[in-house]
Amino acid sequence: MNASSSALPSRWERLRDSYLLYSFKRDIVAQISLVVFIGLVAVAVLAPWLSPMNPYDLAQIDILSSELPPFWIDGSDAQYLLGTDAQGRDMLSTILYGARVSLMIGFGAVALQALIGVCFGLLAGYLGGRIDAFLMRLADIQLSFSTLMVAIIVGALVKAIFGGETFSAYAVPLLILIIGLAEWPQYARTVRASVLAEKNKEYVDAARVMGLRSKRIMFRHILPNTLSPIFVISTVQIANAIISEAALSFLGLGMPETHPSLGSLIKAGFDYIQSGSWWITLIPGAVLIVLVLSINLLGDWLRDVMNPRLYKG
Amino acid sequence: MALLEVNHLDVRFALRLGEVHALRDVNFTLERGERLGIVGESGAGKSVAAFSLLNLIAKPGFIAGGEVRFDGQQLNSMSERALRKVRGNRISMIFQDPMMTLNPVLSIGEQMLECLKAHRRISSKEARAIALDKLYQVQIPSPETRLDQYPHELSGGMRQRIIIAIALLLDPDIIIADEPTTALDVTIQAEIMALLLELCEKHNVGLILITHDLGVVSQVTQRMLVMYAGRVIEQGPTREIINDPQHPYTQGLINALPQMATPGEKLNQIRGSMPSLSNLPSGCAFHPRCDFINRADGQPRPACTQQVPGFVESGNCQVACHMVAELIDKEATDEARLKETNP
Amino acid sequence: MNAQAEAMTDNRIPTQNEESAESLLQIRGLKKRFSLSGDFLDQLRFKGGKLVRHQEYVHAINGVNLDIHRGEALCVVGESGCGKSTVARIVMGLISPTEGEISYNGERIDNLNSRALLAYRKRMQMIFQNPYASLNPRMTIQQTLEEPLRLHHPDWDRQKVVTKVEEVMHSVGIDPDWGKRFGHEFSGGQRQRIAIARALAVDPEFIVADEPISALDVSIQAQVLNLLMEAQHERNLTYLFITHDLAVVEHFGTRVAVMYLGTVCEIANTATLFAKPRHPYTQALMSAIPRLEDDRPQHVRLEGEVPTPVNLPSGCVFHGRCPYANARCREEIPLLQTQDDGTRVACHAVEEGRL
Repeated sequence: MNASSSALPSRWERLRDSYLLYSFKRDIVAQISLVVFIGLVAVAVLAPWLSPMNPYDLAQIDILSSELPPFWIDGSDAQYLLGTDAQGRDMLSTILYGARVSLMIGFGAVALQALIGVCFGLLAGYLGGRIDAFLMRLADIQLSFSTLMVAIIVGALVKAIFGGETFSAYAVPLLILIIGLAEWPQYARTVRASVLAEKNKEYVDAARVMGLRSKRIMFRHILPNTLSPIFVISTVQIANAIISEAALSFLGLGMPETHPSLGSLIKAGFDYIQSGSWWITLIPGAVLIVLVLSINLLGDWLRDVMNPRLYKG
Repeated sequence: MALLEVNHLDVRFALRLGEVHALRDVNFTLERGERLGIVGESGAGKSVAAFSLLNLIAKPGFIAGGEVRFDGQQLNSMSERALRKVRGNRISMIFQDPMMTLNPVLSIGEQMLECLKAHRRISSKEARAIALDKLYQVQIPSPETRLDQYPHELSGGMRQRIIIAIALLLDPDIIIADEPTTALDVTIQAEIMALLLELCEKHNVGLILITHDLGVVSQVTQRMLVMYAGRVIEQGPTREIINDPQHPYTQGLINALPQMATPGEKLNQIRGSMPSLSNLPSGCAFHPRCDFINRADGQPRPACTQQVPGFVESGNCQVACHMVAELIDKEATDEARLKETNP
Repeated sequence: MNAQAEAMTDNRIPTQNEESAESLLQIRGLKKRFSLSGDFLDQLRFKGGKLVRHQEYVHAINGVNLDIHRGEALCVVGESGCGKSTVARIVMGLISPTEGEISYNGERIDNLNSRALLAYRKRMQMIFQNPYASLNPRMTIQQTLEEPLRLHHPDWDRQKVVTKVEEVMHSVGIDPDWGKRFGHEFSGGQRQRIAIARALAVDPEFIVADEPISALDVSIQAQVLNLLMEAQHERNLTYLFITHDLAVVEHFGTRVAVMYLGTVCEIANTATLFAKPRHPYTQALMSAIPRLEDDRPQHVRLEGEVPTPVNLPSGCVFHGRCPYANARCREEIPLLQTQDDGTRVACHAVEEGRL
């Protein structure tokens, strides 16, 4: 507490003594979630080096070895650990690559959401008045469309105008754009609420008295103090974005099967459940659930830490 | 025997970076109808002292030792159920923020009646009559209409009067008031303090007044405790302490008031600030800020930095200071020597 | 009360030319009201079957004239809601006045844009009440103190900025080695020192201090007050000091303005005011200070409480609580009148010699 009594703590000491680390050490669920999440991200990122096959490479695919079961079932091939799908692609490789796509879209969409939402939220909260009213009505309108509706409209338009080929080629950036645009109001509202609280604190007045420009006050003074709620909703938003992408892909509005995400893998396998090849859809489904669950659990922990006044449950 | 007796009270807070000793070895007594002030700066432990009397310390705080005796009963080992019969009934509390006591969704009348009925078997009509009488006593204009009003319809001063009325509702033996007027304006503060004083005197109610304001303490209380870093460092009759403080900290506190200096001149400040309870200096907690740690010969007194001072009697006051103890010792030996030389 | 009528009856309001020689800051006919009614849609009400636009205002300041002389410490005292902090915030340009003018050194500053105001930002600085909120929790002390220097001296090189920060930290009694720490690592008194350092960093000549010591402990209050007085002597500062604590005023102020419900009811030299308070409200305020000497409070009791500034009382704003109020007080707004000792009092009773 008292600055005069002890030496300057280093960054590491600050982290070591922080409440963040303390509560993390005490929360087994958060620890497991983090390990699982980091593990999944690592294998997804390293997919090109880890996976036994390249599912994008048509030359490596053998249609004769399609619908092979995973290793613990009779009739499996040791070459394909988790079996193969209907086109004869190695499931393990496809899942690794698929998780990569899912994560990329999830993070990309959330980055876009955050960019738009944080800027709009800062402007609305700090400037107030008509800008605030306009931006918040805009957010209301945006929220009244569901993500799916936006995706269907944009997807249909792009497909109609540029054709399915172009859509497939630009599926990743398009999905990022769609999910990013559909969900920015969550950020804008959260940021606006904390800006309104911070704006009335005296350090903001002090910055104004100093003569700083509004832009600098917003980004240098207010924004860093609204980071905690931004972190917390980011976790939820990433999970949501991954699910949105999976849902869109499942409906055939997302990633093409030649370039599958977890969602399109689930979709692709769905038709084969009846014929007994359940692993094509259930294994990617399980991976998706574990991924989203680990992110949500981490988010829960983060929310409790950053908002100590909030009671659990 | 005194009405309230606090012996060696020791309160700790189990925090994540270790245990913090919020209150150490606090002793005091309160006679029936006596008014006692507890003075100190923020972090001195004065509010903790007040809350621990009724075992109201919230987790992670706990009473680690000592006892609180009220009217022959030991409060700190009492069951929560038995304690409830004392709280609000025989000992009531007034907080700094009236909204801590008042429920915003209940009318004033409902709250007062509820309180009365919880402790006494009386009819609503009788309860209402008592409530009205108390509102008259705290000089609230048109008390009948106030009973049907909600807390937010009243001004800050008015709310604090209602709180006092609620505190008096069950004719308690002691009222504990924790900074009752700090949130109020000067003129309202003066009125509320005068009212509290008048009512306590009239009904022979004991008062424990917790405040940082030496002016208020000197006007209202008969005895006072000065607290510093979780310990009582001086206690005695208020007049004596205000007029002739013994402990260097009390002296500093009084001398630092703007009214003690010539206008425009430098104020007499105490250097530094109160240490945090988790990182107390060794020996006397005040020694890093104290101007009197040197002995008469100019050498620093080792006891100040090494040994926690115990209480010495100085007149009617008790002071925890090595310097004062030394002075008193010296006086005593001088006297003895004087007696020896001319018997 | 409109400005014209005031100018006609109150012939002692100094014109700018008269006093600009010694006065650094002039506040003329200042009024500020805050809308309570929200935006346009919220203001619509049904009344007698018709849609009517209904607006309510808080009348925070109702015609304040003040001159702050170079080198003095003008204290503004009053209870919460009297508008003293609003005056300070308008002077610093944090909020804009509804009516009236603020001039600095004879130049109007209340209507300047932020670019034009920048030159004045260097000369006028502010210290805030709550040291726990006035430092940005995400910035180190070094960053906090460097920021105003970099803004106002873009030509300075890094070394010069660092040297200046060190110097100003020294002058407020903060060890420059602590620059890498964050605000929350300091005690309240140390934080207030840092806030003062931030204000002093750009070498201002005028400082508005809004209750700078009321959030601090008694022993720390003395330290900070001493620091402010030292700075005044060393740097020849002029203060507008907002406080509710008359004991501090007596010690610190050159002159005192007492405010009640958005109006100034008495302005006097500190010594004169404390020796002989004229306005009934000032008298009540002074008698309410808890003193160490007397063990029985003997204060002037005021009737009732401060009325809300939404519906201002007619006539003298104080008449509802004043023991000397008569019919005239209830109808006519009293204006500041200069007494023979230079005190200016706005009270009919004083003017008529009833008091």
